[in-house]
Amino acid sequence: MSEIPGDLRFMKSHEWARIEGDGKVTVGISDHAQGLLGDLVYVELPAVGDTVEAGNACAVVESVKAASDVYAPVSGTVTAVNTALADKPETINEDAYGEGWLFVVEASEPDQLNDLLGPDDYAELIEEDDH
Amino acid sequence: MIRKTILNDSHRALGARMVDFGGWDMPIHYGSQIEEHHQVRRDAGMFDVSHMNVVDIDGPGARAFLRRLLANSIDRINPGRALYSCMLNPQGGVIDDLIVYDRGGDTFRMVTNAATRDKDMAWIGAQAAGFDVQVRERPELSMIAVQGPNARERLLGLLDGDAAAKVSALGRFAAAEVPSTPFGELFVARTGYTGEDGFEVVASEAGTVALWDALLRAGVKPAGLGARDTLRLEAGMNLYGQDMDETTSPFEAALGWTVSLDEGRDFIGREVVEAHKRDGAPRQMVGLVMDEKGVLRHGQAVRTALGDGEILSGTFSPTLGKAIAFARVPAGDLSAGVRVDIRGRDVPVRVAKFPFVRDGKPA
Repeated sequence: MSEIPGDLRFMKSHEWARIEGDGKVTVGISDHAQGLLGDLVYVELPAVGDTVEAGNACAVVESVKAASDVYAPVSGTVTAVNTALADKPETINEDAYGEGWLFVVEASEPDQLNDLLGPDDYAELIEEDDH
Repeated sequence: MIRKTILNDSHRALGARMVDFGGWDMPIHYGSQIEEHHQVRRDAGMFDVSHMNVVDIDGPGARAFLRRLLANSIDRINPGRALYSCMLNPQGGVIDDLIVYDRGGDTFRMVTNAATRDKDMAWIGAQAAGFDVQVRERPELSMIAVQGPNARERLLGLLDGDAAAKVSALGRFAAAEVPSTPFGELFVARTGYTGEDGFEVVASEAGTVALWDALLRAGVKPAGLGARDTLRLEAGMNLYGQDMDETTSPFEAALGWTVSLDEGRDFIGREVVEAHKRDGAPRQMVGLVMDEKGVLRHGQAVRTALGDGEILSGTFSPTLGKAIAFARVPAGDLSAGVRVDIRGRDVPVRVAKFPFVRDGKPA
């Protein structure tokens, strides 16, 4: 299990959010989530310009084993998507918190981010998951 | 209570992710399911299949009993050979699929599925009444499947003398008792569930642990149930409970080739499957390949000009790099096209012959 970066916020459904300097929010799935899913083979991302709503499904990650919805941690407009994942979805397995990012949102209600879990609380959550 | 095979500690020591499979604590993968898949296609991998049920059927009435019990004919094989068959109910539905080995004399060995163990044993026991036959489960035996283009060589490298000669002489779908090896007495069959060459080896618990460790040292990598599933689907092999069950006849599960309508043999379910062969079954099982990105999965709706159907086994094929599946659809001509509903998206798929992969390459 890789270290959980201290600058991330998490949903209970295992998405992470990183608040970038420019107020935009990068979104991905946690290392724990990629481990549960196993080898990823397909990623369905929103389009740039799409509006997403906090708590709603806006992407899909599929492993050999299962398809899993990805929920938006914050409402806003999608400003970038990680197109490299189309050919290399396994990047998420290899680097869930880095190169395996999914999309970037320009948050319309940044306060929503305060509802997310901090790294320690998330670590505790997945600890419970494992028992 | 969840059951464990004798290799449970070995799996955990190798870092396996374990899952409950039909009441057994089994490894789904040891890190990467896809790497394990390629390992078996390109070199050699091994699977703990000790959860499967080994049932010995012996006695003067054994052959007559198997003629009655199985939809395939035990008379098609000679001693030392294996036969794949379904076991049907009177409605022609599949109770289980299995491999039966003719061990010579009046002795036979069946290997049946783990998840169907209780109902299989109840059914077999009930049907055995009236036959001079002894039905014996062998829970003290364990089993390793060594599969891949180099599997044969790797196992042979661990044997010598008579044992090596005996195993080396085995043709495809043949089996032999191999009495004295460093792993004790073995029952070795040149069979498998991956489409690759290799062996399934039945041994005592101690022998199984020793053999597993020796194979590891010989460079055979462990592979989990995840890779086993993608390998068997690429190889066009059915999975009980997903591709067929008690509501499907073999002719609706692309298993008509395993039904032997030999003259005068009154096997259970014969009347129904004979009609399916003669008149055609109402449904058919077909292979599908999806050229678009995405994954075909069990339960997805399939649309055809003949009516709707559903995906049975569906997965991502690591060898082809695209999704493959079995689907059950109405019988008839599908040339007007087949589409699958993937989360509300209507995606075209191709009907394809299976095996999807042969000799490690797209078929």
